[in-house]
Parts: sequence; structure tokens; C-alpha cells
Amino acid sequence: MSHSKNTTGIGPVRAAMRKITTPFDEMRDWWGRAPGWVRWTVYGLVIVAALLAPSDSVGAFMSPESDWATILFYPIGVFVLLAIGLNVVVGQAGLLDLGFVAFFAIGGYVMAVIGTELGWNFWEIIVVAVLISSLSGIILGAPTLRLRGDYLAIVTLGFGEIVRLVAQNTDAIGGPRGINSIPHPPDMSDIEIIPDLQPFTYGVIDPRPYYYLLVALCVLVIIFARRLEKSRVGRAWAAIREDEDAAEIMGVPTFRFKLLAFAIGAAIGGATGTVFAAKMISIVPNNFPFILSATILAAVVLGGSGNLPGVILGAFLVGWLPERFRGFEDYRVLLFGGVLVLMMIVRPQGLLPSRQRSAEFAEGSGMGGMGAEVATPTAKAEVSSR
Amino acid sequence: MRRNIFRLGGALALGTALSLGLAACGGGSGDGSSGGGEAAGTVKVGFLGALTGENAGIAIPPHNGAKLAFDEYNKTNPKTKIEYVPYDSQGLPEQATPLATKAVREDKIVAMVGPAFSGESKNVGPILEEAKVPSVSASATAVDLAQQGWKYWHRVVANDGAQGPAAAEFLTRAMKAKKIFIVDDSQEYSAGLADAVDATLKGKATVNRDKVDQQGSDYASTVNKIKAFNPDAVFFGGYYAQAGRLLKQLRQADVQAPFMSGDGSLDAGLIEGAGEANATDTYIACPCVLGSASDDPEVKDFAQRYKAAFNADAQIYATEGYDAATAIIDAIKAGNTDAEKINEFLKTYSKKGVSKDIKFAPNGELSTSSIFVYAVKGKDYTLLGDSKTASVQ
Amino acid sequence: MFNDLVSQFWPSTIDGLALGSIYALIALGYTMVYGVLRLINFAHSEVFMIGTFGALLTLNILGVTGPVSGLTFVGVLFLIAAGAMIASGGTAVLLELVAYRRLRKKGASRLAFLISAIGASLFLQELFALVVIPEGFDRPQAGRIQVPVPALMEKEPLFSIGDAVVRNDKLLVFVGAIVMMIVLDLIVNRTRIGRGIRATAQNPESAVLMGVNIDRVVLMTFLIGGAMAGIAAALYVVEFENTQFFVGFLLGIKAFTAAVMGGIGNLRGALVGGLALGLIEAYGTSMLGSEWQHVIAFSILVLVLMFRPTGILGESLQQARA
Repeated sequence: MSHSKNTTGIGPVRAAMRKITTPFDEMRDWWGRAPGWVRWTVYGLVIVAALLAPSDSVGAFMSPESDWATILFYPIGVFVLLAIGLNVVVGQAGLLDLGFVAFFAIGGYVMAVIGTELGWNFWEIIVVAVLISSLSGIILGAPTLRLRGDYLAIVTLGFGEIVRLVAQNTDAIGGPRGINSIPHPPDMSDIEIIPDLQPFTYGVIDPRPYYYLLVALCVLVIIFARRLEKSRVGRAWAAIREDEDAAEIMGVPTFRFKLLAFAIGAAIGGATGTVFAAKMISIVPNNFPFILSATILAAVVLGGSGNLPGVILGAFLVGWLPERFRGFEDYRVLLFGGVLVLMMIVRPQGLLPSRQRSAEFAEGSGMGGMGAEVATPTAKAEVSSR
Repeated sequence: MRRNIFRLGGALALGTALSLGLAACGGGSGDGSSGGGEAAGTVKVGFLGALTGENAGIAIPPHNGAKLAFDEYNKTNPKTKIEYVPYDSQGLPEQATPLATKAVREDKIVAMVGPAFSGESKNVGPILEEAKVPSVSASATAVDLAQQGWKYWHRVVANDGAQGPAAAEFLTRAMKAKKIFIVDDSQEYSAGLADAVDATLKGKATVNRDKVDQQGSDYASTVNKIKAFNPDAVFFGGYYAQAGRLLKQLRQADVQAPFMSGDGSLDAGLIEGAGEANATDTYIACPCVLGSASDDPEVKDFAQRYKAAFNADAQIYATEGYDAATAIIDAIKAGNTDAEKINEFLKTYSKKGVSKDIKFAPNGELSTSSIFVYAVKGKDYTLLGDSKTASVQ
Repeated sequence: MFNDLVSQFWPSTIDGLALGSIYALIALGYTMVYGVLRLINFAHSEVFMIGTFGALLTLNILGVTGPVSGLTFVGVLFLIAAGAMIASGGTAVLLELVAYRRLRKKGASRLAFLISAIGASLFLQELFALVVIPEGFDRPQAGRIQVPVPALMEKEPLFSIGDAVVRNDKLLVFVGAIVMMIVLDLIVNRTRIGRGIRATAQNPESAVLMGVNIDRVVLMTFLIGGAMAGIAAALYVVEFENTQFFVGFLLGIKAFTAAVMGGIGNLRGALVGGLALGLIEAYGTSMLGSEWQHVIAFSILVLVLMFRPTGILGESLQQARA
């Protein structure tokens, strides 16, 4: 899946990259041909694997230096869910959002404020949090989504920082001290499935109930995202991503669909924040730095923006690798940065892209249809969206 | 790196297969007979704090202090040896939570020195509480930690609620300041300390406040405000890097008022950052006994042992780390080898430590707390004495 | 609130202009690259950051440990500016060669560039975080180089405007920025390479047909923009006497805001935008408190992009004739 227009100097890198990515491509092709019952079996196995994942025997290998089940909740589980949310915005609609952490923060703060002040329970709050965060997505999106893509990226970056700084400067919500004693979700049942595991009892020490909650949310969100992708909405997003002007001419109300993508992404981010706050007990504004937005973006791009399995794989790797190799965690950001640059050059479609996205990238237009190509002797003339 | 990703792909598949294969064994069990490798007569004591990352400077000295105590203890060939397990949280709550969970679920530590910072304490405290594992922090100073109703939590430093008033009292008594400008850098610790100072000064002095950006470098607008207010003294709540920057810009703008700050600024970095010439009339309040600045023979002896072991000066909270570890060691020496009993022992503990008398109140605070005031002298700090009696030379 | 603004109007104005000058110089890099390539060079913030380290390194090589004056000062100032320009310009050129050129040849989309730039930015920041520690900003750590941060000039009041004292360093920053603006204006309008830059900005295809070597022009654009960030970095080190690996992040966004405010792609707009943003921030913080400084700047960015994305002076390097 490399590009026909080869350039000089990075031949070896490209060849090595191809070696890594060929199995991924083959896997995808196999998946594309696999009959329905095989797919359903794989879905089932994946869910079973996810449910069995937080066992100590797996943890002994996966994270010998930290508690595996907690790692599975944060960063891995939270990253996966955030990446699925960001994928709706970046991967499907082709809008670059550099401030996604804002919605995560809004969800977390809604949980913290309502949970401690009004004493509502988790299930009521998560509904409110989803509404508020998607509303804030619309409020941010409505004036800015008419901008060109790269402007949008910077505006969202600014928005992410504004949310964090306002939380930090507002004493009514704890200022820099954040909010303590956030309530847990109410126990749904004290059933004990196997000794010492009560998956529906939300306590302090055992992270597994929260992890299962995240898994359940992931499954729901994935089903939702898949349905969307296959629907009229998904096709509209693909059209916008590939060529916004053409889509507009063909009668796609691009602005409304972009806004919808923004709102859905924000809602998923908000829901994740709610669960995060309930598990963490205490949150502070510094839980939501810009670098988290960049990390989730790296996960989406690395995995294969637009393709759910790819995005999940990317988020898993980005969350897990620094924990597994804790000695190297200082170099984590260094690696992310390097990988982003490298990926854009040799494999902009990511490790595990969808077929459609690969095709788009092979044409050279894949990253969304906002604005024109960059000035080169061969580039087409600028088609501004303004 | 590329090959790594590939190998990790394989590892991932292996991990999944492993979990499937072990399905019959039934999920993870926190209790049971995990961690069977321990030799009889060894217990684990953890340390949780930032050993790497940008705030490591405040957690490494207490970590070293604790390590020194445990090493010295193990050298005496005791009946029950202590295995010291440091957990590097980088000072981040997100990192501290899984590490603390592992410490209590898997490693089964019987006690913990730490958590080093107040922020992570709020996430880790409930975990230790539910696991009934006692902790003794050498450096977490936020007031509200003692108000959570935790029974297993202790600290060997006075809180910001004691530090702030002591600093405020020093400003009004020893420096006779009537107009005080308070600055902080909007961080959890900084704002708490600044609030405590502000609250104590109510009615005793005219106060004005502003905040600076932790990552910023241009404090001009704050400096302008201070200059316009023309205070008798400036108090800064925050860490030394920001304190140094602020102090330098104040002196450059010809604000010569005395400058005071709290424990987070007690570092040579403040003097380096401000420049020796600018760090005049500068005072630091700290609940700590600085190994390198004290004349007390016991502290001096400790500072020498510390220097020999780590080839570094006994910096902030090194003595406190040693005292926190010593309290736990004494509990184990007395034959208490499980967490519950160690906690009971700590409730009745009373001993003169290197830094101060260690005796805990029921809420985990020290029952008596002293705040010390240091002054910058040349490239270093000198102890002026207890804040209640210290005077400006 | 407004009392504060009134009582601190003149000091705020002076500080705002000094800081705004630095924004303006950094903004030039964004605006030039945008004018020619229609790209946001997100990694430009790191170009500035590396410039500050270049200036520090030069200071240390020269053995400066304290304030100097007279001719020595002028000489050192030129040398550290040169050091910073080499570091910054070199970084900018490297960025173009490593992170952008291949994407350009491939005709990749803007977002691919932006992601590549973010990657490069993270990489460079972390690299410096892992390698150097400026003295007084972190404790010494094994394996990291401790760099002393000396003061280069004695900061003294020169004269007063109203109740505000104008200090020599603030004046230096302001004058330095204006002089460099004029120099850049001359380069773009009067030299051959400047003509190439303008031609490419107007229409890359025609420029190629007219014999302009696009790669060379793009390289020069990055080099000049980077060198301007280098000047900003040297002035920054002289005025604030500190730097850190993250110093570029916020300044970069502010400078970008300044570029957009002035009209991105417009060189004079960068100056206007930078000074305007510096003043707005200074007045805003004197009213609301310093903790709102960044929120003010980010809000300005959002508002400008919403209501007047072409900026005060209008977009484009090509039409406004630089």
C-alpha cells in the first residue's frame, strides 16, 4: 500500500515500514473476504478476550511494574474510548480537532460538580454530561466549522486550553485544587461471578468493575459508530472528507453534518470523562493537558484514522507501550512525535486503515477535503472553501 | 523502534492467547497466594512519589532519606527484613493510582512512605484506606488531606494551614509588614498556601493578590501591580523556579521589598534563577529541617551519612523521609509485621526523630508542628529559627 | 477593575509593546510560510525555542557570566543574535527538508502537513527536555546538560512616560523588532529572492514557468522566517534571562494569533497583530488579573477567526505587496 510516486532518500525506511504493515494489510484483506459467521465469531472472541484481559496472569506479562487492571482502565480503556470519539471527528468527517481533551474535561467536571454538589447518581449524571458536552461541541463548532481545516485545528487547540485554564482560574469549581470525593456509581448488584470479582460493585481498590463499564460503553459506542458509518450520515461524512466542495454541490448539507460529527465526538469524549472522574475520585485541571489531545490524535493517526479496529489498536498501543516499558517513558513523547512525522511520509493511512481510506490516500487526497493541496509545481489551483 | 512495534504486535497476540488459555483459572484474584516469592521474615514497604519527571526534585530527597533508613536497618540483620519498593508516580495522579493499586493488591506492602505530593494523595488515600495500609508522607502538605477522615494516613510535616499562618505571622511580627502582596501560580499547592497566608493576614495587614502563569516567563503585569501597590513585603506561594523568575523581575523593576515564600521554594534553584544579587532580603518558611543548613549535631550527622550514601546534599524533606521510614521501622522492630498492627503502633508512636518530635494526632497530623524560617545568604540558606521566635538580622 | 487599568495604563502599554514585539517577530515565520505555502507551520514554536538555546549556547561559548556594557554589549548582542538565527534558521530549514518536502512533492493535504508538524514539534520539545536543563529551572539530573543562564545587560530605567519607567531592555526589544521588520520588508521587496518569494506566493505555477526554483524559494522562506524567530529568541533571552523546552508552545500560539489578527500572509500585519495582541493582553491582565492572560489571547484567536478571519490588514503576501 505504498505510494507510486516514490521520493528519494527514504527507500529503506519505506521498505522496513512495508514489512511491518504488510501483515496488517493482509489481515484486513482477509477480513474483507471473511464470511459472516467468521466475523461474528471474531467479534465474540474479542469481547471475551476483553472481559478476561484484567487477569493477573496476563498482567504479569503486560505490565509487570504496575497494576494491570488499573492500567486497562486508564490509560488504555480511556484512550480507546476517546480515540473512538475523536475518530468520528478526524477519521470520518476529516476535521482536525486538537482540543478534544476539552470534552473529556467537561464530562469529568460535570460528573464531579453534580456528583458532589447535587448528589445525583452516576447514571443520571452521565446522561447530563453527554448532553452538556455535545452542546459545548455544537457551541464551539457552530461558529468555527465554516473555517478552513487548519484554522479549525488551531481554534480547537485554543478551546482546549481555554477550558483547562478557566477550570484552573474558577474557584467555584475548586480552581487548581480541583474537586475531591467524587461519588462512585451505585452498585448494580453485589453478584460475585468468580471468587473475589464483583463486576457490578464500584469500590475504590478494584478497578475491574470500572473497566467492564468502559468495555460496555466501548461496545455500545462502536455499534453506534458502525451504524452511523454505514448510514446516510457516514456516506455524507466520507463525501465531505474527500471533497467538501463537491459534496456541497451534490446537495450534502456539509455544515450540518460537520456539526453532527463534532457533537457526536464531543458526546463520546464527555461520557469518557464521566467514567474517568467517577473512578479517579479526585480530578484537577492538570488531568486535562494539551498533550493528552495530541496523544489521542497520535493514537488515531497511528492506528489508521477512519477505521475502528485500527483506531482501537492505535489507542491500545499508545496507552500500553509506555506502561510496559516504564524505563522508556521519558522518551514516549519523543517517539510519538517521530512516529507522527514518519507516518505522514511513508504511511499516512495508519497501521490498519480501511480499504476505502487506503484508496483515498493512494490518490493523495485522503486527509480530508478541506481546502487545496499545497503549492507545488504540479498542484492544482486553490479552491477555497470560504 | 520499528522492529519493536512488530514484536509487540506478536506479544499482543500472545497476551490475548494467554488470557484465553487461562480462562479456566478464572480472572484475576487480588488475594490468594500471589507474590509467593517472598522469603520468610521479609515485609515490603513502598514509596510512592515522583522519582522522574519535572517535579522529581521534591520527591527524591525523601525517597533517599527513607532508603537510607531501610538500608541501615537491614544492615543490622534484624529478624524481619524490609524490602523497600519505590513506585515512580511522576507526581501524576493518573500514574499514582495504578501503582498504588498494584502495591496493595499484588505486592502486598505493609506500609508506605508517601505519597509525596498532595495531588496524588487525594487519589491514592482512598485506596490505601480501603486496603487498610498505613502511609506516612514526608512531603504532602495540603490542609484538606487530614480532613478526609482517613485512619491509615499520616504525615511527618506540618501542613500548609500551619505553614501559611506561621509565614504570615513572621511577616507581621518579625518584618513589621503592614502592606503585603500575595502572589501564587495557580497550582494546587501554591493556591492553598497563598490562601492560608491571606486568611491569617485578614485584619492585620492590607493585602492585595495576583497570580502568575506557571509556564510563563513574563511576569510584567504582576510586577506592575506590585510596584503600584508598593508593599512592605511580597509573599509567593509556589515552587522555586517561578519564585526565582518573579523575584528577579521584581528586583529588576526596582521593587526592593522583602520576599517570602514557602517550602516549595526552598531550593538553591531559587537563588540561581533570581541571581545571587537579586536574592536579597529573601525568606522561606518551611516545616522542614534542612539537613544542610542546620547546626544540630544529630541533623549534621544525618546529613553526612546521607551525603556518603547518595553523593548529594540532604535537600528538602530528606530528614522527613528518614523519620517517616524510621517510624515504620520501629513498628516492625516491635514485632508488628502486618499493616493493621503497624497502623495501631503508629497511633501510639512517640519519638524524637532527626527532624522533629514524631507523634501523630488521631487524624494523622503531627500533634505538634513547628515551622522554621530560612534566609538566603550568598548562594545558600541559613536557618533563622522557629517562626515564632526567629528574627531578621 | 477599570481603576486598575487607568492606574497601570502606561506601565501596561510599555510591557505590552515589548512582549508584542516578540510576538510579532515570531509571527513573521508563520505568516511567511503561510503566504508561500498556505500552511500553518505548527512547529515554528520549536524554531523559536531552539533559537533561545542557540543564544544561550553562544553566551556560554563567549564566556559571558554577568552584565556587560558599552561596545562589548553591542558585540555580544550581535553574536548571540547570529547564534540564535543560525539555530532557528537551521531548525526551520531542517523542518522543511525532513517533515514537509516529501509531503509537498506528494501533494499531500494540509492536514497531513499539520500532523507532521505537530509530530515534529513534540519531538523537538521532548528532545530538548531530555538533553538540557537551564540553570535555576530544574534540579541537576544525571545525563542532562546544565546550561547557565547569565544576565547580559544591567537593566536600568532610561526615561519616564507618565508614571511609567521605560527600561533599556524593553526599549531594546521594541527597537530591535522594528529594525528587523524594516530589514525584512527590504529583503522581500527589493531583492531577487524576495521577488521569488512574492511570485511564488501569488501563483506557484506561473512562478515555475517564469524560472523560479520553487524548492529554493521555499527553503529561503523557511530560513528567513526562522531567522526572524532567532532574533526574537535572542531578544527574549536578553530580556527575560530564561528559557525552557516548553517556552515555544504558548508563545507560538500567541504569535500565530498575532499573525491571524494582522492578516496571515501579510508581513506588516504581523507587526500590527503582534503589538495589538501584546497590548490587549497587557490591558486585559491589568483589569482581570494575570491568570487570565492566556484565556484572553485564546479568546481573541477564536473571535478573530470567527468574525474576521482575514485579519486587520487583510490576508496575503501577494496582493498587499508584502
